[in-house]
This record gives sequence, structure tokens and C-alpha cells, in this order.
Amino acid sequence: MNIAPAGLEFEKVHVWRGDRHVLQGVSAHIRPRELLHISGPNGTGKTTLLRVVCGLLRPEQGSVSWLGRSITTFRTEYQAALAYASHEPALKSDLTALENLRFAVGLKRRITADELRAALNRTGVGACADLPARVLSAGQRRRVAMARVLAMNASVWLLDEPYTNLDASGAELLSGLLHAHVEGGGLALVVAHHDLAIPCGIRRLELNS
Amino acid sequence: MSVGAGQAFVLIVQRELCLSFRRPEQLFQPLVFFLIVTTLFPLGLSLQLSQLRDIAPGVLWVAALLSSLLSLDSLFKSDADDGTLEQLALSGQGLTLIVVAKTCAHWLVTGLALVVVSPIVATALDIPTGAFETMMLSLTLGTLTLSWLGAIGAGLTIGLRRGNVLLSLIVLPLATPLLIFGAAATERAISGTSTVGALYFLAALCVFTCTLAPFAATAALRITLE
Repeated sequence: MNIAPAGLEFEKVHVWRGDRHVLQGVSAHIRPRELLHISGPNGTGKTTLLRVVCGLLRPEQGSVSWLGRSITTFRTEYQAALAYASHEPALKSDLTALENLRFAVGLKRRITADELRAALNRTGVGACADLPARVLSAGQRRRVAMARVLAMNASVWLLDEPYTNLDASGAELLSGLLHAHVEGGGLALVVAHHDLAIPCGIRRLELNS
Repeated sequence: MSVGAGQAFVLIVQRELCLSFRRPEQLFQPLVFFLIVTTLFPLGLSLQLSQLRDIAPGVLWVAALLSSLLSLDSLFKSDADDGTLEQLALSGQGLTLIVVAKTCAHWLVTGLALVVVSPIVATALDIPTGAFETMMLSLTLGTLTLSWLGAIGAGLTIGLRRGNVLLSLIVLPLATPLLIFGAAATERAISGTSTVGALYFLAALCVFTCTLAPFAATAALRITLE
């Protein structure tokens, strides 16, 4: 992974939802090999912030820049370099786990079925590769979503409550994957309600109502 | 290695077809609706065979428009509901390409399927076989145009709970020219007069929507994704 030191920066981001001023001038600068842990009570705009950072939501004020350039100028290229996992696993229940990965990751980069199976094996759901997502448990679906992030080979990980539905071994596995990603030169933004036990450069951003 | 637009297009069409064939009931519903509605008209009106031929083009086109509408609602909504639309939007492929691929796939499983079964309906409505070619060509152009109009409506109504009603209200008025010229083309083919004018008009509408609707649908989708 090769990211210039500029990394990812968002500055004075303001978002209104109707009359509600959800994000009130939030700023942060995350460099490669850093992890930003976003926390805060429910309804304080954590998911909204992730959606702004990944370019799905345009802030009323403020800017997001990647590698020193505003993401509005090269949105498609920027989005090709990021992996976003929303708080729902975002799987088609009629497709198998492998097909879900193939159609999602295949749009980002050329990838073989073996590589996808390897990603599923790494997150512990290799045996479920050929099962329809509808028969998987919530935890297994979460692991498949994690395998999708892994297989995208992206520099930026944006994870919205990735620990939800995971058992103890799953949570440990996720922490290990996050550690390996950050150590490998990537950067990550993680929304989580508990402290992250990951031995790497963690910075915290607490959102308040 | 990055993925080219052509490959991405093929992959999305594959995805859509794969999803459609996993849910055959959704695939066959509009077709069965089309067959039933066109059968009900002659039963309800108790017409002579010669009169049946007079109403056939109108019945065929109204049924085709309504059955196409049945499946439009799910064009983007199911992906929006399970979060996969966000994943597609963030795939780095550009939203317009995704809209084009999804709409093309949608037309393949709905519009094209209607065109394929239309000769059965036409035979039941006593349309002469000589008019089949014009009828199928006009339906091809009409359903393609309708899929594109529907993509704009479907993009705008994703977030609404009873979006399908609004979708019909948005799309049906815009589809009126299709009905007029499509039925006219079929009617002229039955009576053996020139169909060129009506077909050219349908083709013009088709080109117009195929070139402009992708951008309108992308804009609609971008607004609702926010």
C-alpha cells in the first residue's frame, strides 16, 4: 500500500438533517498507519460523519480531502481506494457469500474466486462460501462483510460499528485485521461504542449532541 | 488491477440477471399479468372476432405498459433496502454506469420478455401474423423507453414507503406518447397501411430517453442516496 503522508482530512464539517444540526464543525486529520476511533452517544452523527467522509453525503459546510485534494474533484478514484462497511452487512440474501463478494469486490479490482475464498477463510466463514446469505447468522453475515472489506485491498477502511453481532473470537479477529491493515500502511475510521484493544496509533474523536 | 467500464457493466448485468433468476416469481409475475389482462378484455366485452381485432392494439399496449410498471418499483429499492446500493455507489465505477447497467438488465428480464411472449397474446387477440414484426418492434422500442422513464421515477421514489403508487403517477403520463404511437403502429400493421411514421416517432423517443434518462436517473439516485 502506498499512500502519501497527506492521508485523509476532514475540516469543519457541518451537516443539518432538517432542523437538526447533526455535525457541528467536526475536524480530523488521519495519516497512514493511524486509526481514528469515532465514538459518542446514539444520534450524534457518527454514521453521518462516515457517509460524509466516503462521499455519499455532501456536507452543507466543510470539506473532505484525500491525498491533499478535495474528494469532490476526484470522487470516483477516491471511492475506488476505500472500503466502506455500513452498520448493516449489505449482502443480497439470494446470492451466496462468494457471489456477494464477487459482485461487490469485482467492481473495484480484478479478483479470482480463490482470492475471494481466501478472504472468507481469513474471516472464518470459508465453509459458508457457497451458502445463500439468507441462511447465514447475523455474526456470519458480519464476517462476510468483513471479508469483502479485506478483499477490496483498499487503503482506507471506513467501518460503522463493525463489532456488532460478533462473538469474542470474531471481535479478536477483527481487531487483528485492523491492526494488520494499519501496520501495513493503511488508515481506518472505526465507529465503535467500546474501547479498541488494538496496539497501534489510535486517535479518538468523541461526538456529542 | 482496476476494472474497466465494460467489465463493470457486464458484471452488474450478470448480478442483476442472477438475482432475477433466483426469484422466478418476480420474473414471471409481469408476464402472467400481461397474459391475464389481455385475456380478460375479450371475455368482458364479448366481442365478435372482427371487433376483437379493432381493440387488440390498444389492449396489448395498455397491458404491456401496466405490466412493465409492476416490476419498476424494485429496480433500485431492494438494493437500497439492504444497503447494497451504497456498496455499488462506492465501487468507484461512477453512478451513471451502474444506473445504465441496472436499467439494461431490468429491460432484458421485463421488456424483452414481454416482447417475446407478445405473439401468444397477439394470436389470442386475432392479430394477423403479418403484423407481428411491427408489433414486436414497436413493443421493443416502447418497453426500452419505459424502462428508462421508470429508472428516473424509481430513483426518485426509493425512500418512500408507498413509492410504487407515486412511481405510476410519475411514469404513466410520460408514457402516453408511447401508448398512442405504439398502438397506432400495430393498428396500421393490422390494416396494412404504412407504419413508418409511428415507428420513427417511437424510435426517436427511445433515442431521446436512452441518451438523457441515465443522467436524470443518476441525479435522482444521488439525491435519494443522501
